[in-house]
Amino acid sequence: MATAIPPFEAFYEEHSTEVLRFLGRRLGRDRAEDAFQDTFLRALRAYPRLEHGDHLRAWVLTIASRIVLDDARSRKPAGELPEVPTEENWHPAFEELAPLTEGLPPKERAAVVLRYGYDLGYDEIGAALGSTEAAARQAASAGVRRLRKETT
Amino acid sequence: MTDTVSRELDARFRAAAAAEGLLDVAYDVLTGTPIGDLLVGVTDHGVCRISFDPDPERELETLARLHGSRVLRVSAPVERVRRELDEYFAGTRHHFDVEPDVRFLPEYNQRVLAQLARVEYGTTTTYGSLAELTGNRGAARAVGTVMNRNPVPIVLACHRVIGANGSLVGYAGGLERKVQLLQLEGALL
Repeated sequence: MATAIPPFEAFYEEHSTEVLRFLGRRLGRDRAEDAFQDTFLRALRAYPRLEHGDHLRAWVLTIASRIVLDDARSRKPAGELPEVPTEENWHPAFEELAPLTEGLPPKERAAVVLRYGYDLGYDEIGAALGSTEAAARQAASAGVRRLRKETT
Repeated sequence: MTDTVSRELDARFRAAAAAEGLLDVAYDVLTGTPIGDLLVGVTDHGVCRISFDPDPERELETLARLHGSRVLRVSAPVERVRRELDEYFAGTRHHFDVEPDVRFLPEYNQRVLAQLARVEYGTTTTYGSLAELTGNRGAARAVGTVMNRNPVPIVLACHRVIGANGSLVGYAGGLERKVQLLQLEGALL
């Protein structure tokens, strides 16, 4: 059964910190704050069209990723950006990773998607998977090796 | 440090959400009123909820179900209600200018509450009398149910409705609060 859509307040409280951290890593602090507001305003506009409350975390991080991309496109490339949000070395968005990783064992798949799709640290991934940082790192690299084998 | 959402950033987003008209319900919790903490919710059409329940979680789900899922805590839209309630508790306001938003209630409840709205500050009426005014003198019990489910107590003053024998009968916020409100209005010594 699909999860009920929570009141926006609950959704915002649950995900705001992570969204800000995600944006902070991409954009640096100053621009992260504007992007934070843009992300949640965009989420608020789209909220009534949600059909269920599943995967809201993925949903809001998708919105945040798009805001980052918009921000990168609207600025001069490379150099002055604090991290690497240019088109060339931009990590694939996790929704693009999903079909690519379909063949992986669940734990490796989750680790790969969280690492390269959501840009989470291994400590966060370990926590999300209920294991350790080392195990998360191991699962992600095993997943990547397996993908290389499959795609070559 | 971008690890936590600062109070300023949080307030800026909430204010922008309200200013852009993106909310179904804006709510805030008014602390330290003479009858305890109150959760107040407003829509574009007026005040849709005043709750004595200090824990908002279940309240928010109810608000989302009745009015739409975009429920957010933000003080600016609630400011007017807050001010009128302050004045009411200070004894300087005898009539609320904010509109109650009860469009989501059944038609019968709306009719009973419309009659209730005519009961003046400092006076009381009875369940039976409200029943009669809404066309069915035998429906005192049904009127009691409507009062019990009044979404905006105080503004719609269901505390002014008592039993025909003078007993206070009941109050969704607890009889103690009913007594307090009637004393404040000088309807009860």
